[in-house]
Amino acid sequence: MSDQVLKASIAAQHLAQRALPVCVLAILGVFLLYGVGFAQPDVVHNAAHDGRHSFAFPCH
Amino acid sequence: MIGRLLTAALVSGVLAGVLISVVHHFTTTPIILHAEHYEGSGGDEHAVLMWSDEVAGGQFYLAHGDEDHGDEAWGPEDGLERTLFTSLANIITGVAFAALLMAGFHMRGEPMDGRKGVAWGVAGFTVFALAPAMGLPPELPGTMAGSVESRQLWWAFAAISTGAGLWFLLLTRHIAMHAAGVLLIALPHIVGAPQAVLGGPVPPELAAHFAAASLGTGLVFWALLGWIGGKSYQRFVERPAET
Repeated sequence: MSDQVLKASIAAQHLAQRALPVCVLAILGVFLLYGVGFAQPDVVHNAAHDGRHSFAFPCH
Repeated sequence: MIGRLLTAALVSGVLAGVLISVVHHFTTTPIILHAEHYEGSGGDEHAVLMWSDEVAGGQFYLAHGDEDHGDEAWGPEDGLERTLFTSLANIITGVAFAALLMAGFHMRGEPMDGRKGVAWGVAGFTVFALAPAMGLPPELPGTMAGSVESRQLWWAFAAISTGAGLWFLLLTRHIAMHAAGVLLIALPHIVGAPQAVLGGPVPPELAAHFAAASLGTGLVFWALLGWIGGKSYQRFVERPAET
């Protein structure tokens, strides 16, 4: 199959077919983001400290 | 499909996280370390709760409190250990944002490449850096700020509302959806972010420099992540469909 046909095949999938992987990715992203940028335990906070400030997450 | 998307997210997130760690090391991190001198100048007793406003019901905290100076909580030693943990945090942040970016690509369902990825990256920068920063400017240690819970809540509100607004504005065709998009982008700023009282110990020149550096490196990060993410989606998600 040509590249174009194959790429079109992703768009041709119904949104319902794409919904599960999209939700899994979104939940994973939010979970990781919460842990690295928002979780308040001191140890987590201290380890991620400079990264949180640089990315401008609300810190402390 | 989920495995291929996870691979694309992992590859692009780790790469962007490593690259931005190098950029941060020479840009934002030195300003953070500089600010910690001022933060520590009040001695061990510098207060966590700085000010309480009974009328407004607000409480204001000196960002940082005492956790770095307390005895109980572990923190990485300054130097290599701190740099490594900061880099690790950046890599996890990279993978987190990459997963959200891949979710966006896949929900949209259009063929991707590096250049389109950069456009998505600029949108990601607007959603996760610029819009939240307009209400909550990037903070240095020692910056005065409202309570952390209220700031985190507003940050999430700003990101979600701006993200939905940009989607409506740029990826739909109906005029009513465009109007809703503009409203969603404006909404967090109409509601307003939790505000701090002024007068923290960090010099304003340093704080201003940091705000600019944080946003500038934020744009670098998102442009990198967008480009690598677009390429990764093309490579790992679109092409394997051939076989």
